[in-house]
Parts: sequence; structure tokens; C-alpha cells
Amino acid sequence: MDLNAITDVLPAGREAQAGWRDGDAWLAGGTWLFSEPQPRLRRLHDLTAFDWPSLATTDAGVEIAATCTLAELSRWRPPTAWPAAGLVAQCCDALLGSFKVWNTATVGGNICLALPAGPMTSLTASLDGGCTIWTADGTELRMPVVDFVVGPGRNALPRGALLRSVFVPAAALRTVTAFRQLSLNAAGRSASVVIGRRSLEDGSLAITVTAAVARPVQLRFDSPPNADELASALDRAELPYHDDVHGNPEWREHLTRMYAAEVCAELSW
Amino acid sequence: MVIDGATVEAEPRAGQCLRTFLREHGCFGVKKGCDAGDCGACTVHVDGIPVHSCIYPAFRARTRSVTTIHGLAAGELQRRFVEAQGFQCGFCTPGMIMTAAALTDAQRADLPRALKGNLCRCTGYRSIAAAIRGAATPEAEAESDAIGRSVLAPAGPAIVTGRAEFTLDTAPAGLLHMKLVRSPHAHAVIRRIDASAALAVPGVELVLTHTDAPAELYSTARHEHETDDPADTVLLDRVVRFTGQRVAAVVADSVATAERAAELVVVEYDLLPAVTDPQAAIADGAPRLHADKPPTARIADARTNIAASVESHLGGVAEGFAEADAVYEETFEIHRVQHVHLETHASIAWIDPDGRLVVRTSSQTPFLTRDALCRVLNLPRERVRVFTGRVGGGFGGKQEMLTEDVVALAALRTGRPVQIEFTREEEFFGATSRHPMRVRVKLGGRRSGRLTAISVGIVANTGAYGNHAPGVLFHACGESISLYRCANKKVDGVSVYTNTMPAGAFRGYGLSQLVFAVDSALDELARRLDLEPVAFRRANMIGPDDALTSIEGAPADVELGSYGLPECLDLVESGLRSGRGDPPPGDQWLIGEGIGISMLDTTPPGGHRAHARIAERAGGGYVLHVGTAEFGNGTTTVHTQFAASALGTTADQIAVVQADTDGVDYDTGAFGSTGTVVAGGATLQAAGRLREMIDARGGRGGPLLSAEGTSDGLRRSVAFNVQGFRVAVLPRTGEIRILQSVHAADAGTVVNPLQCRAQVEGGVAQALGAALSEHLDIDGTGRVTTRTLREYHIPAFADVPVTEVHFARTSDAIGPAGAKPMSESPVNPVAPALANAVRDATGVRFTRLPLTRDVVYLALAGRAAADAG
Repeated sequence: MDLNAITDVLPAGREAQAGWRDGDAWLAGGTWLFSEPQPRLRRLHDLTAFDWPSLATTDAGVEIAATCTLAELSRWRPPTAWPAAGLVAQCCDALLGSFKVWNTATVGGNICLALPAGPMTSLTASLDGGCTIWTADGTELRMPVVDFVVGPGRNALPRGALLRSVFVPAAALRTVTAFRQLSLNAAGRSASVVIGRRSLEDGSLAITVTAAVARPVQLRFDSPPNADELASALDRAELPYHDDVHGNPEWREHLTRMYAAEVCAELSW
Repeated sequence: MVIDGATVEAEPRAGQCLRTFLREHGCFGVKKGCDAGDCGACTVHVDGIPVHSCIYPAFRARTRSVTTIHGLAAGELQRRFVEAQGFQCGFCTPGMIMTAAALTDAQRADLPRALKGNLCRCTGYRSIAAAIRGAATPEAEAESDAIGRSVLAPAGPAIVTGRAEFTLDTAPAGLLHMKLVRSPHAHAVIRRIDASAALAVPGVELVLTHTDAPAELYSTARHEHETDDPADTVLLDRVVRFTGQRVAAVVADSVATAERAAELVVVEYDLLPAVTDPQAAIADGAPRLHADKPPTARIADARTNIAASVESHLGGVAEGFAEADAVYEETFEIHRVQHVHLETHASIAWIDPDGRLVVRTSSQTPFLTRDALCRVLNLPRERVRVFTGRVGGGFGGKQEMLTEDVVALAALRTGRPVQIEFTREEEFFGATSRHPMRVRVKLGGRRSGRLTAISVGIVANTGAYGNHAPGVLFHACGESISLYRCANKKVDGVSVYTNTMPAGAFRGYGLSQLVFAVDSALDELARRLDLEPVAFRRANMIGPDDALTSIEGAPADVELGSYGLPECLDLVESGLRSGRGDPPPGDQWLIGEGIGISMLDTTPPGGHRAHARIAERAGGGYVLHVGTAEFGNGTTTVHTQFAASALGTTADQIAVVQADTDGVDYDTGAFGSTGTVVAGGATLQAAGRLREMIDARGGRGGPLLSAEGTSDGLRRSVAFNVQGFRVAVLPRTGEIRILQSVHAADAGTVVNPLQCRAQVEGGVAQALGAALSEHLDIDGTGRVTTRTLREYHIPAFADVPVTEVHFARTSDAIGPAGAKPMSESPVNPVAPALANAVRDATGVRFTRLPLTRDVVYLALAGRAAADAG
């Protein structure tokens, strides 16, 4: 929709961060920004002006630029030694938006939006992704994705800061994964996403819960837990189950526990 | 920017989305359904890549090439959409085609996923899939487009190329735009409005407030008889009765200016106590919403917030229950849902060179709206013209005057054209919805299979205004009760004012609510009597010679002009037994079957009038003027077939001009399933007379002849619908999968089988939305919390099963050419059929809708036993 209160669109730059004002916002794909009224915003800083390479793959892992679109990510051809990259397709599919939205929606935008169901949060949090943040004073901050998404609609960016990229380490990509997802509707917004990831090197298991909870939660085990161990780990974690129009919290908790058990079973060998 | 091959020099505004930029440059085929990236009606290609143009920043396309529906090369795809009739109202079609044109083979093989960003509210998607997959099988050309052939909709070629002009697909010179200031409070008196800051904004032409509004009381509801609805509304009121009520109207030279100025209108309120629950609203001491209204306002009892009431007792229910072997009593809650026609409410008003007020509007009732404007604005009939362009869906939501009055007043004041367009969010909180109802049903029956008593109590929530409150309440307990042969029937119901958004007309008009309650209860009673539920219905449904009794004995003007109910039941039962449908998905799934049945009077009570005029055209063919509106109901096609059959020609020889108060003398409107049976009757008569005149002349040639026809809708018949489902339910997730959906309709003569089938498919899909996912939410203060289509899930491609559609072989003694209506009624039996199937599968009787996965899971897990009933 037209954002009639916007007076300027400026090319983003590091100098713009220093002059950050109330009413400023970063513009990546714009698919969310233009989907709701934004009465408080006056200026948009266009991140595509940075012209970052969307994906940089090295032996150490892959750096995904914040401006990488879901379409670009879905076309990424990872090394065959990275089976966990199969999560990319599963998470892109979990986006409520259509493939047409993939053409412009960005990985960074989806993570910064910090919706519980954000599938790029699910993807990068489960793969031990690390955020690189450019702060307004010209420095860089790093933090795990699981800490970056703080709550529904809230991220850890300080004022004027931007998400530059997410780095996904090769160690995580070398693991074997299991994925469970459900929505209220056949192609709806996720109500629970549970991703299990097991290391072929040391047998350890990480379970990442998103969508069902207000912020991503990761549980780590040295080896796949049995049913009781899993249940008590989930009890101890006191997951902040989310309540909104996309599913009630009791159902989300049930799905999460059930899927966590299924994921453990699938990754037990 | 290059748009459809032509270079455009203009610069987009900073925060402008591509959709509005394209429309400003004449690309009216780029539609607004949601303006939020959910519905896909605005889909275009940017450098060949499909995007939702409403969420695409316009400035990003400055150096790119944009292709809209207007620039898409004509070809196979558009032709297939026409031949498969992959549209009804046609509003989603340009976006659907632009999306389909960009699909890969892999995506075409997985349409549920590929089309999740394209919503159609009319079709139920089966015909869209047929169009995209190329499965259309058009009928062979025939000499005569006789009734009973699947003639294609005349608008097809214009729809698939984006040339069909919907309400706002025009740009009069000097157009002004209106934005409404709406109340943030559920109940308040306006102490003061200061519009000076808004008026000081350059480009602002006018701010209307309650001091500008005529004092005339009216109802936004449109009916043949003005007295059908309480007159409880004024154009702009000093009292606000729901959060979202319009308070002021700002008129400016652009939407952006009007929007900015609207925020500068200062309104001071004195808050009043508010009541949002209908039960609380009728209790002693509740705030009164309309205590200020005169007795002439036709409010049933303003002192107790009762907009309308009904009370009736036939036979003796106490005796009936006393002789029953089992009595079942339960309260059913039917929730609030919204029409979600993809074209939001919109209109443009201007003064023509003769000084007449002209309103182009998205309405089902141009003539009734004309009459209302005359009354409210104190203008003679000949000084007002109301017409529609193509209307992008209605479903009852456009049987109201929600925009026309206020733009008309602004046009009269400014002398310039003024346009208003509701946002999707405004539809949710500032238009109308289905009436939420709490229905207490008590049924008694004998083990022999006889229904001994029916008692129904209804509390309907009409919201802040009583538009359609009496009609919906009476209709709700009409056919839902008269369908059953039972000597003892008792009904008491009220429709109650609350400080919530007004309810209004909605496809089914009360019946979808009551049929859910009554049919669910019948199914349950049969089980308690150890009787087979379908056999129990057969034993108690009216027979061909029975009188129809519900509220006040037999409605004198309703007759069984045809009777296909048993055949419909047979068709659904044999369909479910056929072995068709999907197999059970796995051994953890519970399987069940259920049936729902419903009846609908073919026309609203008390008359419904239509006038038609048909004339020979110089150079051949005929031009047919009708008053009824086309909004996806397909009546235009039916009218061409009626006229063609009477004149012995083909449908393509009939050009239909419709829905214009200048075109014919009168038409009550396209609601209550009247477009075929009433307006069609007028067309058939006019065409028949013209044929006689032509024959008397000795054939074609000579001075051009014309003839007229009328219809009054005073004789009414009934139509029947039966829905059957086989479902699979997975208790551990709450998922419901529809393995088979079978619908049988008694539509009398099926004038156009392809189109009639599509109406049924669309009705089933819309009803499944209400039964499975849709709910319009209102918080404790009366504020609507649903804002977007993301939060209000109407069925997408992936959600809708294919429905087998069968027709009973009947011909109606009353309807034109033996036809009965079939646009409204298919929705009614769907929700109970689904709930009955889920009951059969799981043993749990759901008394509330929708059956979302979380609710179903909790009920089956036993954790919400009380909620689930």
C-alpha cells in the first residue's frame, strides 16, 4: 500500500546511520513494510544501495547478506557435503507469502521483523547462524540469531543499527536434520516449527523451536535424549509459548513436544 | 519506467507502491484486493519476475520494465480462463492470470503451493485449476443457445484482459478523494469537532461532520420496502455507537492529502458506557443505544436494545417433548464472519452537465440506493442516477448503502467528482458482517423416527445498527424450521443492539447460522434415538404435498413449485457410497461421514420487482436492458440465454446493459437470489413479447422493434441443497481433511450447467471458510482486532476440496423456464454437514465454529470439553 507519510527514500550508507532520526527505517525488500500502514515513518534508507553480494560460500560456511532475497537463497547450490542446507527449501516453503513474495522479500528483513513464525529465523537459528550488525557509531557487533530475535516484533538492533548479514558455519551445515512444521491451514503461517540437527562428528543433537514460541529457543543434547529426558528438558526450558490468531498456546505446546520427540526419534541411530 | 512497452517519465512518490503508480497511469487491470501482499490481485511482472505490486516500492521499478495484464501477450492462457470460466466476479482474474503466466511446469504441477498468494472468493478454485491446467472442455457450437447449455459469460474476454471496468477503473477529470475519520470509542457523544487544521492543509476541499449531515433517519440496509429495517442511522451522527463508526469525511485532491488531513481533525468525545455482549445488552441497566429514536424508527424495543424480535408457537411443544423418547437440547454459537468480496466498498459521485447527481458504485442495489439518496438528500428521483460498473463480489455486503450517501453529499457540496475506497482494514471494522448468533435448540423425537417438537431460541447480535436485523432474524427461523414436518414448533428470537460493528446481509441471510444449529441437533437427536441420521431426516422433512410452516403458519406466497429434495439426498448418499474421493490418509486418522440439508425460498417475501427492455439493434442482434447487477453471480449469462431462447437466436446476439437507474424503470436489486428468478422473469417476458412482435411483422427487417417485461416476485417456490462430506480427523494435530465432498442441488431447470455448478462450488468454498478458518474478532471493548487477510484466512487453493456437484432433475412451476436460484443457498448445509461428519468420526459434537486445528485438537484431547460442548 502507499505509505503516504514517507517523504524521502535515501540510499543507505554508513554515514546515514550517524544521522539516524525518529521516523527512519531500513528498507530491504519492502514486502512487510508496504503491507501495513506505517504512520510513524518519514524516511526510508534503501539497503540495496550497499549492493552486497547475496551469498558468499567458503569452506568456513556461507555468509547470507541481509538483502539476499528468498528467491536467491532458494536457488543457492550448496556443497554436497552440507546436507543441512536442505532446510533452506523447507524454510522458504514455510513462509506464508507466495513465491512471488520470495522474489523481493529478504532474509534479513524476515529475521529483523522478528515474527515468531519468521522462517528465516527458523532456518538461521537452527543452523547456529550468527548476525553481523553494523551499529550507528561505525562498529560491528556479532550475536547469535537465537539472541537477535528477542520477542514478537522485537529484535536486538540498537538505534540506527542494521543487520549486515548472517553467517552460517560449515559445521552446522554438515549435520543431518529433521524438520516438522504445522499451521492452522494447509499453507498458512507456521504455528510450530521444530528443527532437529545431529552432528555426524560427535553425535550431539540441537533442537530449535520457533513459531510456537515468542523467540527462538534451542535445546542442546550430547546425544539424542530419551522421551523422559526430552520432556524434562522442555519443562526446564519453560518455553514462552506464543498466543495469537495463528494458534492457541496449548496446541502449540503440544505440537512442539510431539514434534521434538519425532525429531529425536528420526535422528536416533 | 517502461509499462507494457511504453516509456513513462513520471516519478513515483517516495512511499508509493507500484500498484497505485500503475493505476495512475491507466493500468486499471491492476487490482487492489488487500493492498497488503496477501491476495495477489495486483500481480505484475517486473523485468519478467512476478511480484505483488502493492508491496513493491514503485521507485525500484524506475529503471525496469513492467508488464501488467494489459501488456501480457494474448494467448492460450486467457482463452482457457474464458472457456473454463475460471472466474466469477473477475476481480482476482488479472492477478491470477499474471501469476499463472509465470509458473514453471513444476509449479503448475503443485498449484496448492504455487497459488498460495492468489485468493479468489467466488469460484472455489476448481475452474481456475481447470483453466491453468488446460483441462477445459468447451461445448460444441450450437445453432441455438438454448436453456440448459453452458454458454460462456459475455464479460469473459474483457475480464481476462483486464479491460472489464470495475467501480474505480475510471478517472474523471478533477477527481477528489475522501477519507473517513472514524470513532476510536465504542459509545460516545461528540462534544466538539475542530476541522480547522485539516482544512488548512493545501489540497483539502471539504470536511463534513455531523453539523453538515441531513437529519433524516434511515437504514443502510436496502430492501424493496423501506419499512423492513429500523431507521436508526443518520449520515454523520453526533453519537457514535461502535468503534469505527464514521465521524467526519475529509475531501482532498489526493488520497495522501485526505489521509493526512483526516489525522488533523480534532474530535472531543464524552464517553458513554458501552455494551458489547448481546446477553448483557438486554439485561436491566444496560446502556441503551437508541433511546433517542422516535417510535417511527421501527425499533422493536429501544428501551431494552431489541432491534427486532420474533415469537411464535404452533401446536404445543410441551406436549411434544412429553411424548418424546429422547430430547436433545444444546446451545450453538455461530460466530462473526465477513464477506471479503475482493473489491472493497467504493463509489464515485459527481454532478453531470444537466446538474444531476450521478453515483457509480459497487452495489447490489443501484435502484434502492438511488431511492435512499433521494430521501436522505431530499432530491427528486429524476435528479439522481445510480449505476454500477462491474462489481467485484458482493455476498450481501453490498446490499447496504455504506459509501454512496457520504460521497454524494460531498459531490453536491463541492460540485466536483468525489471518490471513496474502503481499505481492506476498513472492511473488517467499518463495513458489515454476518450476524453472530447464539441459538438454543431443543428437539424431541420418538424411536419410531418421528420428530415430536422443535423449540428454537435465538439471540442475534445486530451490532450498533439494525440494518437487516428483522429480515435476518425472520429468515433465519423460516426455512430452517419449515423444512421439517412437525406439529409442534416454537420460536423466540431477538436481534440485539450492541456497541459493536453492525452486522448485515450475508449470503444465506440468517439461514447459514440456524441450519448449522438445527441440522446439527437433528443429527445428534437421531444418534440418541439409535436412528440413522439421514433416515431420520428423510422421515421428518417435508413431503411434496406438505404445508410449509415455521413462524406464523404457512407463508401464503410460498409453494412447492418443484420438489427435488429426496433426489438430492439420494444423489449425495450414492455419491458418498460410490468409492470416489480420497482414501484415508493413514491408520491414525478417524474417518466419518455427515450430511446437511437446507431449503431456501426462491425470493424474499413481500415482492421483488424487475423491469427489462429489449430492442432490435441496427445491423443485427439485440440490446437488453436489465436492472439487476452482475457481481459474479452469472445472471448476465442467464439473461442472454433467456432472451436468446425466446428469440430463437444465439446468446452472443444479446448485448446486456445492466444495473443503471437510467436503463430501465426499476429493479429491486440482486439479493435474495433474485437475479435469475425475478429479473430473469422480466427478461423472458420482454424477449417473448419482442418475438411475437417480430413474428407478427413477418420476420426481421423494417423499423426496429422493442418490448418490455416486468416481474413482481410475488409467487415463490423453494430450492433445496444437500451437502455430504467424508472426513478424516487426526486427533494428535486437530487436522481435518475432506476426503470427499458431494453436493446435490435442486435448482429446477439448470439454465447454464457450468455456471450453476460454479455457483455451488463457490458457495461450498465460502461456507468451508466460515466452518474451518474464518473468524472476525472483537475485543472486550468492542474494537475489531482482525486487520488483514493474513489474520482472516479465507480459503486458499490448498484449503478447498473438489466438490462433486449433482443436480436434481426438476422443473419449477413458478420460476422462469422452470429455474430456481442457486447463488445463495449452497452455503447453508455445509457447516452442519462438516460438523456432523466430524462428530461421526470423533464422537465429539462441536457446537461452535470454526473448527480450527487448535480447537479440534483441544476438544479431542478432552482439555476443552466444556467449550466444545
